[in-house]
Amino acid sequence: MSAFVAIVRRDLVLALRRKNEVITSVFFFVVVAALFPLGIGPEMNTLRLVAPGILWVGALLASMLSLGRMFAADHADGTLEQMALSPTSLPLLVAAKILAHWLLSGLPLVLLAPILGLQFDLSADALWVLTLSLLIGTPLLSLIGAIGAALTLGVRGGDVLLSLLVLPLYVPALVFGAGAVQAQISGLGASAHLSILVAMALVAAVFSPWASSAALRIALE
Amino acid sequence: MNNKIGHWFYFASPQNFYPLAGRMWPWFAALATALGLAGLWLGMLVAPADFQQGEGYRIIFVHVPASWMSMVIYLAMAFWAVLGLTFNTRLSGMMGRALAPTGAMFAFLSLWTGALWGKPMWGAWWVWDARLTSELILFFLYLGYIALTSAIDDPRRADKAGGILALVGALNVPVIYFSVKWWNTLHQGASVSLTKGSSMAQTMLWAMLLMGLAFWMYSIAVAFYRVRSIILERERHTLWVAQLPEVAQAPATEEKWS
Repeated sequence: MSAFVAIVRRDLVLALRRKNEVITSVFFFVVVAALFPLGIGPEMNTLRLVAPGILWVGALLASMLSLGRMFAADHADGTLEQMALSPTSLPLLVAAKILAHWLLSGLPLVLLAPILGLQFDLSADALWVLTLSLLIGTPLLSLIGAIGAALTLGVRGGDVLLSLLVLPLYVPALVFGAGAVQAQISGLGASAHLSILVAMALVAAVFSPWASSAALRIALE
Repeated sequence: MNNKIGHWFYFASPQNFYPLAGRMWPWFAALATALGLAGLWLGMLVAPADFQQGEGYRIIFVHVPASWMSMVIYLAMAFWAVLGLTFNTRLSGMMGRALAPTGAMFAFLSLWTGALWGKPMWGAWWVWDARLTSELILFFLYLGYIALTSAIDDPRRADKAGGILALVGALNVPVIYFSVKWWNTLHQGASVSLTKGSSMAQTMLWAMLLMGLAFWMYSIAVAFYRVRSIILERERHTLWVAQLPEVAQAPATEEKWS
């Protein structure tokens, strides 16, 4: 467990020493959310309808942008091989890296989402559900993305390939995440969608570190 | 015990599977042709026109079997992925990679014929309906598998990475299907169901089953043919490949380069 904490802390410290990488993907989220009204038009009624989808797709793309970095630096300087050789189980260490990724690129999006939601004139209720759905959903994105990041590690054109692999797998998270906000707006209540989102996040939390470390071992062979 | 396991794995060796696939694929191709002709005859000439959908419904005899096959082939890939990752057999990865293009082709065919059918029936080439969308995502999964396996140079690593991706995808396919189904449904319900029997005329059902079998045989024939090429490509440095009659007779182009 101390290894787990150590890796999370190390990744956070490394990221804080090079802040631009974290800030870039957060900024990307803000810019994408600002582009949609420019494309769709300033009609508030339309924007209110499409806001959950836009914010969710923006969060999905922003969290995907930083996936490539999850293992790449450690792979380049040999740290990853040492992790694979260490007596601590690799899935646990991978879980720590996934948690660090979420803290750096998921949590800022969750905190920003209500502010961006205000730009789309979402009601207080809807903002609350949006934040909650992102709070549950972004760890799911990091968990699924870790598998893709591990599979494309050190592969030619890995970043573009990563998006092709990971985006189709993100569909359930998007459907239920944005669906929760829609359901709240239409008065159906979001609890069913949020429960399913939690269920998927829990299943992914069990399988993803294990599948990612299997993929990492293949990449390290 | 050991001997028994040896028997089980006899055809897991590319060297032993190569001649077997070579002997089998013409038979499967012949079966596919015969069943396909019978199915088309039954579907296009014998089956009556639908009382609501007229003649346009006849595309069902291609559309539905293609959708079936696109899903069956993904399951087959996941099956080979499990075998390959647990037993570390080389042939499993080759089978997965031989199946993927056929599966992608069927997924595309299903989407394409669906669009052709949707235009006269729903008045739109494409609707964002649950089944269409999940079929589209299945098509993306195939493309992802093909892209990943062809981006990795080392064939063994490519096989294993592809295997993991196929497994993750196979676990995800039901989740995607039900999530999208909850999201929106317009598509007509399944016409053939194991529990309720079939809601359509007997001849139509037969034609569809024949076409389904024909596509199935076609997939096996093509996969065997393709896996033979993959085996030759990967094992070209070995002695047994050099001694194959078809290789020994071919003009030796390698000599010029060595």
